[in-house]
Amino acid sequence: MVLTIRNVTKRFPGQTAKTAVLRGVSLNLEGGRSLALTGESGSGKSTLLHLAGALDQFDSGEIEIDGTCLSGLSDSQRSALRRRDVSLVFQQFNLIPSLNISKNIALHARLGGGWDEGWVDRLADRLGLSGLLQRYPEQLSGGQQQRVAIARALAVRPKLLLADEPTGNLDETASAAVMELMLELVRESGTALFLVTHSEAIAGMLDQRLHLRHGMAA
Amino acid sequence: MKGAALLAILSHWRRHPLQLATLIAGLALAAGLWSAVQAINAEARASYARAAEQLGTAGLARLIPETGSIPIARYAELRRSGWRLAPVLEGVVSFDRQSFDIMGVDLLQHPQAPALAEAAEAESSTPLEALRPPGRIFAHSETAALLSEAQQTHPVTRLAALPRGIAMADLSLASQLLRRPDSLSYLLVLPEQTPGLAPLAELAPELTHLPARAAASDTGRLTDSFHLNLTAFGLLSFAVGLFIVQGTIALSLEQRRGMIRTLRSLGVPMRLLSGLFIAELAAIALAAGIAGLAGGYLVAAALLPGVNATLAGLYGASVDGSLSLRPGWVFSGLAMTLGGAFLAGAQSLFALWRLPILAAPATLARGQQASRSHMFSAFCGAASIAAGLIVLYFFQGLVAGFAFLGALMLGAALLLPLLISAGLSVGARMAKGALAEWLWADTRAQLPGMSLALMALLLALAANIGVGTMVSSFRLTFTGWLDQRLFAEVYVTATSDAQGAELAHWLEAQGITVLSRRYHDTRFKGAPLRVYGFEDDEAYRSNWPLLDASPDVWDQTASGKALLINEQLARRHKLAPGSILEIKPGWRLPVAGVYSDYGNPNGQAMVSLPALQKHVPSLPNRNFGLRADPQEITGLIKLIRQEFDFPRENITDQATVKTRSLAVFDRTFVITAALNLLTLGVAGFALLTSLLTLWSQRLPQLAPVWAMGVTRRQLAAAEVLRSLILAAGTAVLALPLGLVLAWVLLSVINVAAFGWKLPMYLFPLDWLRLFMLALLAAVIAAALPAWRLSRIDPADLLKVFANER
Amino acid sequence: MNANIILVASSLIWATAVQPQGYAGLGTDAEGFAIPKPDTRLTFPADHGLHSDFRIEWWYLTANLEGADGADYGIQWTLFRSALAPGEAAGWQSPQIWMAHAAVTTKDKHLFAERIARGGVGQAGVQTHPFSAWIDNWQMRSADETLEEISLSASGMEFSYDLNLMADGPLVLQGNAGYSVKSASGQASHYYSQPHYMVSGTLSLPDGPIDVTGHGWLDREWSSQPLAEDQSGWDWFSLSFDSGEKLMGFVLRGARGDFTSGTWISADGTAEPLAPGAFQAQPLNISDVQGREMPTHWHASVPDKGVSVEILALNPQSWMGTSFSYWEGPVAVIGSHSGKGYLEMTGYE
Ligand SMILES: Nc1ncnc2c1ncn2[C@@H]1O[C@H](COP(=O)(O)OP(=O)(O)O)[C@@H](O)[C@H]1O
Ligand SMILES: [Mg+2]
Repeated sequence: MVLTIRNVTKRFPGQTAKTAVLRGVSLNLEGGRSLALTGESGSGKSTLLHLAGALDQFDSGEIEIDGTCLSGLSDSQRSALRRRDVSLVFQQFNLIPSLNISKNIALHARLGGGWDEGWVDRLADRLGLSGLLQRYPEQLSGGQQQRVAIARALAVRPKLLLADEPTGNLDETASAAVMELMLELVRESGTALFLVTHSEAIAGMLDQRLHLRHGMAA
Repeated sequence: MKGAALLAILSHWRRHPLQLATLIAGLALAAGLWSAVQAINAEARASYARAAEQLGTAGLARLIPETGSIPIARYAELRRSGWRLAPVLEGVVSFDRQSFDIMGVDLLQHPQAPALAEAAEAESSTPLEALRPPGRIFAHSETAALLSEAQQTHPVTRLAALPRGIAMADLSLASQLLRRPDSLSYLLVLPEQTPGLAPLAELAPELTHLPARAAASDTGRLTDSFHLNLTAFGLLSFAVGLFIVQGTIALSLEQRRGMIRTLRSLGVPMRLLSGLFIAELAAIALAAGIAGLAGGYLVAAALLPGVNATLAGLYGASVDGSLSLRPGWVFSGLAMTLGGAFLAGAQSLFALWRLPILAAPATLARGQQASRSHMFSAFCGAASIAAGLIVLYFFQGLVAGFAFLGALMLGAALLLPLLISAGLSVGARMAKGALAEWLWADTRAQLPGMSLALMALLLALAANIGVGTMVSSFRLTFTGWLDQRLFAEVYVTATSDAQGAELAHWLEAQGITVLSRRYHDTRFKGAPLRVYGFEDDEAYRSNWPLLDASPDVWDQTASGKALLINEQLARRHKLAPGSILEIKPGWRLPVAGVYSDYGNPNGQAMVSLPALQKHVPSLPNRNFGLRADPQEITGLIKLIRQEFDFPRENITDQATVKTRSLAVFDRTFVITAALNLLTLGVAGFALLTSLLTLWSQRLPQLAPVWAMGVTRRQLAAAEVLRSLILAAGTAVLALPLGLVLAWVLLSVINVAAFGWKLPMYLFPLDWLRLFMLALLAAVIAAALPAWRLSRIDPADLLKVFANER
Repeated sequence: MNANIILVASSLIWATAVQPQGYAGLGTDAEGFAIPKPDTRLTFPADHGLHSDFRIEWWYLTANLEGADGADYGIQWTLFRSALAPGEAAGWQSPQIWMAHAAVTTKDKHLFAERIARGGVGQAGVQTHPFSAWIDNWQMRSADETLEEISLSASGMEFSYDLNLMADGPLVLQGNAGYSVKSASGQASHYYSQPHYMVSGTLSLPDGPIDVTGHGWLDREWSSQPLAEDQSGWDWFSLSFDSGEKLMGFVLRGARGDFTSGTWISADGTAEPLAPGAFQAQPLNISDVQGREMPTHWHASVPDKGVSVEILALNPQSWMGTSFSYWEGPVAVIGSHSGKGYLEMTGYE
């Protein structure tokens, strides 16, 4: 199991047990498989994704990534985990504007020490970015930028890829193309994909599905 | 609607108190340093003017002799032609080893006479007694106390209205004390003249007519350069302060764009909004201006003693009294703050005015846009430097020198972003490792937001290097020059001429070489000139610091056929070996050499003693230099003390004189050092505020990197490193700029201001210290943002990823 | 402007009353100044020059003039010397102080000016070969050492004059052969006059220049103690009658009674000292002059000579507002004799 979430609860400051954003959520996700997390706006989807990415801390329950329990980890251990095993793709792309595309793609992988030039070249090729490597993010369209973000995330060869509405800023055609590519690459590389979306169409493309309502799996 | 909109606008500050504090602090700093300098200048100028007024000569023109002095027969002739003139004889008198500036006036003619008469009467003496032996001296109570202590022969009357340091006496006494019975220093042209007189220019072509305004403050003219200097410093600080503010104003408006859009869509007209923002800025500027004035007052009060020391050291001008609030600098300070705030906010306000209702959030200029703006700024910078060079080439003097410096500094500041950016791309190319690469690239991306602060730092560092090099070069030259000039081992001052003669006689009997130093004070082209008579001695020939000389300079001079002049006199009147100088009417000698004479504002000449004695009978004979074996100095001093009864202070060995001279020198530059440090502090503060300002814009760039597994502590370290890189780059670029600055100060400004040119020496250790200081400033500036970053709540970083941004 | 200094300087000239008495016999006073002696015989030209052993001295010229326009004018030219110590020294060490007053009086204007100077430096002085007395550009000058023919000039902010004077008679020794007693207790001065000047020249007034002719009167006097302790001022008259006769008379007003004296000068210039009390003068009318009550209309009489005249100021406002102030102006004489003259009144405070 790449990602195991067991009965996790999360409260933001000011929230009571009853109004907690997550109130006992559990799920399992294997390598090479994909899970769509859906739910209304404000239902806690992003919060759960952040917990799964070791970006934030939860109050009870447990999260394991590739067998490592997150609850006991120090800040630097969590950072190390993010460097090597977890990648993220967000709606805002969040590329580094001061680095060119090639360096953007390589950044995370090189930080994690898992830099494989051949793999990155292939990724770029597959994502149709080969001709754009020397450009800067501001010179790319939204779809291209998101493909760069996906390339950057997969270049790490992560065990777990977390994506929060990755196509939220893209139009329908671009969005479908990006999704197809991402799913293909995830399957090929044996990465587990945990994806937040509010689109039924996209949710339908994934292997599993979890719907959140009032902080609980519905 | 107005009230509601205003409340909405102002609510911003409740959420960003630090930003408000930065804004006010920046403006207050700018206003503070500026008004401190203005306050000091105003105080000094007022003091000079007061002195002229207290002497009763404020509105009066003067007749000044071209050469030497005015014979009293000439004065009588001019009076007999109908002109109402008041004679003045100035000079220095020593009583009991203390020197006093004596101003001799005809008590029956001088404008100040009624006040003097009143003061004399208050001491139950009649004013006419002051005309008869033993005479009467009038002085400010401080000076009067010294005078009464130093001598008892002449009664002293306290007169608060007189400037400190001046002893006024009737000419009957003054001419005796100064041993100048037949000559006058200048004539005051009294206000009421009968009509129809022949013009003075016709009657007295040999006298220069100095109009009232120019004559009013001799000191004012002399010290103008110093005040120009201070003003330049003040302006620099002001500019640096505005750099701080510019970014903060921009940010505060930037962050309120959303609110502005909302308000506008709610129907608040743009005109009203702009008005409100302008009012807000004006209110903040006013508050900051007042705070700045208060701070400026304190700074000025703290610096004033240093300024006094400087003025006294360089010009012998004294500024008295404590600091007072003067409407001049108070209002100019407030006006400058308001103007400065709007200048700094102009761009942002203009952008706001043109903001479309539904504009997307602004993005920082980066990439090509940034490099295009760097190119443009660099072009302007190069143009500015070129313009400065042209000014320097075509014009001379102080103002041209400062204009060049201004253009150079501005130009260099404008060139800075391009140079730093180029340096950063080199760094990025050489970087190893992803984090390092990111750091360099990110630093470069941040440049537009930091460049104003870096410019401020550049200017502060360059000013430090420039002024520091100038002062240190000056000091080194001065020290070497002291070694040359002070070649006698012991210096003795006798209490009277008779004792002087006795002493010289006794010393010669002991087989000790005595070099007597006797001088005559006169005027050359209206300015004071001291003519020294020297006795030919090998020591002069081998030591005297000649800058320029004709071939057989010493033989010519020693035989009385030529004279030596100091550098200031040579430069002021464009004299060189071969030029002819008229020391007194009818006594003309060719210049054989020019010697350096630092720290002396006035002209000086040296002739052989016999020649001087021939033309000026009854020279005072009290100062002697003695040659002695270094081991025998202590013994010799003891022996002289045993033999002659004079005060301890009247005998000094060479080392003590040198130490004292250097102490005076160092005191002279106290103010410079203080201002230097202040400017650097302000630049450091600019760095801090720009980093704080960038802070909220930084998170979107930092969050993804953090999400990729870079710890917050690493990010914090990167923050400090980034600041260090920028400061180091700036410091490296400041070095050549500072050296050019030093060169201009030494070779252009000094020559124009003081009349001497100084060689330039390099002080790499000082640079290193300054470099470290710049790095320290960078670390301190980055410390707060870095500390905040290292402890930031992940939730704040995660907000960056929130979709509804 | 130099009011205070000059005030004190002037006080030396006028008010030496405070000097202790009784040194007359020794010929000097406490400070070493010479005392006038009755047996001193004046010699000329030497006595035209200065007497630096005496404390005070003056060269005092007044003239009644008539302009080409028919109007009456009066002019004054006075050089005072006052010494801080007896004798002379070179340069600024000189103890001599000089002061001069000049005035032009018309029916409705009285213009005056003042100059002050140190001795020793050449700004002011008197020399005898040829005769010249000057302060700044004001001067009284002769081509030779006599006072037979002199030129006179002075200028102020609003006036100036340039006059030639020619003596039409001999010098007149006042008092007893030039020894003029000033009080019952024996104060005296050396005093002579040249009252016979024919004057011609030009006045420059605010309205323009005007040619004038008339008669002038020079007084020369030196002393060290002119007033007695109780004396507060004097009224002094110099009158030239149409008959050619002249009268000098003065009243020294004292707390212990007035002291009057005078000299009668016949048409041929012969001088005859008047006995004490022979000259009498009474105010007839009082004018308000700058806030002071001053007699500008007098009756004067010398019964022995059949003189009983009224004396009327040409301009009652002839106030010399100089640092030491007094009244000095031309007068008209009517009555038993008619003529013109000058009146000086001091000590009206
Ligand atoms: N840092 C935070 N502090 C307090 N409340 C938060 C914070 N982050 C999110 N929330 C709240 O938690 C709830 C869930 O948010 P989120 O996970 O972003 O929802 P979703 O992604 O499903 O739209 C929302 O009501 C949001 O307001
Ligand atoms: Mg969400």
